[in-house]
Amino acid sequence: MAIEISRRNLIKAAGGLGAASLLGLSNEEIAQAASTKNAVRFANWSLYLDYDNKTKSYPTLVDFTKKTGIPVNYMEVVDDNDTFTAKVTPQLRLKKDIGYDIVVLTEWMAARWINGKYVAKFDDTKIPNKKNVLPFLLNRPLDPGRHYSLPWAGVIAGFAWSNQKNPKGIHTMEQLFAPANKGKIEVLSEMRDTIGLIMLWQGVDITKPFSGDKFMNAIDFLQKMIHDGYIRQVKGQSYQEDLISGDAVAVIGWSGDINQLNAQNSNRFGFAIPESGGTFSTDNMMIPALSPNKVNAEAVINYYYDPMVAARVANYINYICPVAGAQQAMEKVNPAQVSNKLIFPDDAMWKNLKVFRDLSQAEQISFSTEFQKASGNA
Amino acid sequence: MSTALLHTGTHEKKAVLSKKKLLPYWLLAPGIIWLVIFFLVPIYQLISTSTQTQGYGIGTYVQTYRFANFIDAITSSKAQLIRSFEYAFLATLFALIISYPLAYAVAFKSGRWKNTLLVLIVAPFFCSFLLRTVAWEQILGEQGLVIKVLRFAHILGAQDHLTATPFAVVAGLTYNFLPFMTLPLYASLERIDIRMMEASGDLYANALTTFRKVTVPLSMPGVVAGTLLTFIPAAGDYINAELLGNPGTKMIGNVIEARYLEIVDYPGAAALSLILMVTILILVMAYVKRAGTEELV
Repeated sequence: MAIEISRRNLIKAAGGLGAASLLGLSNEEIAQAASTKNAVRFANWSLYLDYDNKTKSYPTLVDFTKKTGIPVNYMEVVDDNDTFTAKVTPQLRLKKDIGYDIVVLTEWMAARWINGKYVAKFDDTKIPNKKNVLPFLLNRPLDPGRHYSLPWAGVIAGFAWSNQKNPKGIHTMEQLFAPANKGKIEVLSEMRDTIGLIMLWQGVDITKPFSGDKFMNAIDFLQKMIHDGYIRQVKGQSYQEDLISGDAVAVIGWSGDINQLNAQNSNRFGFAIPESGGTFSTDNMMIPALSPNKVNAEAVINYYYDPMVAARVANYINYICPVAGAQQAMEKVNPAQVSNKLIFPDDAMWKNLKVFRDLSQAEQISFSTEFQKASGNA
Repeated sequence: MSTALLHTGTHEKKAVLSKKKLLPYWLLAPGIIWLVIFFLVPIYQLISTSTQTQGYGIGTYVQTYRFANFIDAITSSKAQLIRSFEYAFLATLFALIISYPLAYAVAFKSGRWKNTLLVLIVAPFFCSFLLRTVAWEQILGEQGLVIKVLRFAHILGAQDHLTATPFAVVAGLTYNFLPFMTLPLYASLERIDIRMMEASGDLYANALTTFRKVTVPLSMPGVVAGTLLTFIPAAGDYINAELLGNPGTKMIGNVIEARYLEIVDYPGAAALSLILMVTILILVMAYVKRAGTEELV
């Protein structure tokens, strides 16, 4: 889809408007071609925007382009915060256009981009819908007042399982590492989620300063589970394929993924927030500092804070919706999802969700090294 | 006047000579420029990065000529370094065991099927390396035939698995680099003069002795080339360990990748890359010195 749009626009731009009208294109399409060079290049994670399998397009994006005439080149190119950042860092440092006008990264990594001055400051007058962002998400420590980043979705890490092998579900760390699951357990390569869940289970408050020893206790546990053959792999979103094939039967995974898997695989899987607490974080939209399309990018961002649009996206991606009023709008989109706590958590659920505290640069390097060591990578 | 003529004559000669002398360099120029830009410059950068240390801000480094980076890299990743060479050695060995009969059959016994068989050997290259390895995940995975057969035969229990094991990694490496072994072997076997074998038979050697004393020595260039072409890329591979292995089967390539992209420790990654290159170079030089390269094509 992404390639289709860019290729079509490229042809139009090259052929000029006269050629476009010769080809019998509508006025609307010609208008779109006129602004081709301003196509917003949107880098996001996979399965993170409503997608229509029949038309092979993203309905909310199609509507956006219809309404504004601004084409969007949507690319599912982010698969890991570290890897994506490492790939574009050289251009960011050289103050060059990185080829994306909107990037979506997790809170801790977004903080690093903001601190590194890699992102542009929003023009709030261009994003009037910012008023719809859930108030508590407006003042996260990474960006008080949200001048550089806005939440795309909230992500919960917890336990997921295949119903066939774990009919009672998994609600505690002991159940995850039950002997029956040995060798078929996978945990996330996102350190804050995997280690965060283990630390919560070990009774550590991950939202407040904790010592390196407490962190290492969790690493030791992870290492033991890997060494004893319980954990099969430490990996990113691809744990989904292993759940489907049956190579993994119990995992530490992300809330929305499991809903989407179930929609495609006749409800074979379950997801729960651990009794000892789950981790919560947000993925955030940012505009790279040297983006040549800042104004159009802001139009896209503004569009996704319209409650109706947000409800359509949330209905598909099943992650926590950051937009006030989306729950009411969901009545019209899909009434069955209105009471889905994984999209609209209630107070009791919020109490059980914790955000991993900010790490200093030295901590980030040493913790990440220890985590990679435990995963066999260092 | 005659002297003047003479003078111009030698000048022309000199010009022609120097042109002729320069010609090889002009012919070499594209290759040399290519190597300077894409080999020497990166190598220099790699060496320079390997002795730097963390500066202000994640991902920034300053040159401090810290050679201890190499010692740190070796001590922290000894296990993966040794494992890489173990797996590469095993994969090379298995590839040789599988390839030799295969290449022999294609060279001497295939008749009119020869070209078809050669195409079949090369056919996997029509598909991406990555996709072929992902396919192995499925072949050895829970829904694959292999595990079902092994479970049915009670060779594996219900809890056992094939993916995420050292076996899967070595099997993947062997498979992925098999054509690199088969093709040089075939090339050198195919060139053997069949009359040598007949002569060996005439001198009362049985089939086994002929194979041992005639065929194998004459195919040695193929063996040397094939083992090198398999061992070198296998030692640096990280795809197989990533997709088919578990945390206990990670190879040095995985460590380098994690240091570059996850930990953002460029000096450590650069040091490990250099260590890997130098180790392979030493191993290969020792091997080639023993095996000889006179007939290596």
